[in-house]
Amino acid sequence: MKNEPAVVINDLSYSFGDKTAVDRVSFTVQPGDIFGLLGPNGAGKTTTIRSIVTILKPDSGSVRVFGEDSAKSSVNVRRTIGYVPQALSADSGLTGYENVSLFARLFDIPRKERDHRVREVLSAMDLDEAADQMVTTYSGGMIRRLELAQALINTPRLLVLDEPTIGLDPIAREALWTHVRKLRDNHGVTVLLTTHYMEEADQLCDNIALLHKGKLQAIGTSSALKQQVGEGASLEDVFRHYAGSQLTDDGGDARNVRSTRRTARRLG
Amino acid sequence: MSEAPAEQRVALADESNDKTNTSVRSRNPIALYLSRILALCVVELQHIRHDRTELYTRLVQPTLWLVLFGGTFAQLRNIPTGDVPYLAYITPGVITQSVLFISIFYGITLVWERDSGVLAKLLVTPTPRSAIVAGKAFAAGVRSITQAVAVLVIAFILGVRYNANVIEYLAALLIVVLSAVLFACVSMCLAGILLKRDRLMGIGQAISLPLFFASNALYPITLMPTWLQWVSRFNPLTYQVNALRHLLLNTPGNLALDFLVVGATALFGIIAASAAIGRLAR
Repeated sequence: MKNEPAVVINDLSYSFGDKTAVDRVSFTVQPGDIFGLLGPNGAGKTTTIRSIVTILKPDSGSVRVFGEDSAKSSVNVRRTIGYVPQALSADSGLTGYENVSLFARLFDIPRKERDHRVREVLSAMDLDEAADQMVTTYSGGMIRRLELAQALINTPRLLVLDEPTIGLDPIAREALWTHVRKLRDNHGVTVLLTTHYMEEADQLCDNIALLHKGKLQAIGTSSALKQQVGEGASLEDVFRHYAGSQLTDDGGDARNVRSTRRTARRLG
Repeated sequence: MSEAPAEQRVALADESNDKTNTSVRSRNPIALYLSRILALCVVELQHIRHDRTELYTRLVQPTLWLVLFGGTFAQLRNIPTGDVPYLAYITPGVITQSVLFISIFYGITLVWERDSGVLAKLLVTPTPRSAIVAGKAFAAGVRSITQAVAVLVIAFILGVRYNANVIEYLAALLIVVLSAVLFACVSMCLAGILLKRDRLMGIGQAISLPLFFASNALYPITLMPTWLQWVSRFNPLTYQVNALRHLLLNTPGNLALDFLVVGATALFGIIAASAAIGRLAR
């Protein structure tokens, strides 16, 4: 059981109306990996992620998380994952503690253990002192860490992070990377994240899948991908090699862009 | 294919996860379902505790209805309200209207939560959709209770006297909660269809006033033209007002029918809204 892959995506397709967002994508994430889905806006990263976290039912193909089918045993899959969406999803009308406490209740953590668990995950994200402050007083980096704390409340085996560092300043970004690495190293959590920052994929991710226009273009370690393109190539070159000249105007719809901007504004 | 061999790292999360799962499985599913609804109501109470301004601003409108409308129309003296003073007569109507106005915009919160990713996060917990909908709807009920109690107090200050015991007061609050559930669910259904906040604002305003006037909130149904009498018979607001009037003022009525209609429409609302939020999840 320990050797089973964390995520197996097999021939996944999903369309919004007549727009194909994900087109026959297959890849596998090994347990303990920090796995990056890299691609420009509108590449199908978020749709892939939403299929993994049971929000979207695939049109065809399948998604398995630790052996369980995301579409068929969605409740079991939900218990094994922690999910942080791209937009800032912490409730600013509450304190940090209350934000995490809600998810402790929704994950059925018994009342006796709840307070201890909530304090524990907040502390793991260095939010002990800010726990009882309103989220409105938090910085962008703190909000992201709070959302990680929320996602950790059910001790997930797989953390799914959609653009976790979008809009963060370099220092907050590095701090978040450190936390993500620690979760993997100390607790064996598998991490699947999307990003369109090359640097992030390069430094943080063990393996990278490159998506463009809903199709998987390349997959492998950062260095393997670079070697495929040529001697001395950077990850940017890899990106440009597969997507570059084809970068088009349909990079995400208006709602997508608005949501990204709103996130960036709230963080900034 | 990715090839990182990482089998030795997984142990910790594995064990603790198994432990959580078994302790959850041993609990009663109905208790779990209710505890999730409760969790969303607790959040609403926390919201109210942190920001009371909305609580106060929301009291302006019902106060104006009671003071201006009630004060003026009480002078007419030819509205057949039985032996109930006019201000007392419209108090249950004003309560119902407040509940309607609070709850009919709950769908906007849902659209906001969709855009901000909160909804996605809720949907990725083991919580069934219907429990999320019910939780939000009962949260509207929680907010409505604070409003209803405030209106009762304001009306009392204005001279309205109630004829109710503790059980009748509690039953009245139950009617308030179930009414809020219905209107919040209507709003969430609309949110699932319209998907935009501004459209939802427009529709909310467009349906709430007609619902209010096509009911017995401000005047007896007997005063209405026949076609409107028929409309008001299919208006859940009428039954909510009837129930409140009966419970608070002891006017004659069919409480069993009122409870049946209010309860059944609330339940139907939850079922319909559960289906509608699927569209919001995409």
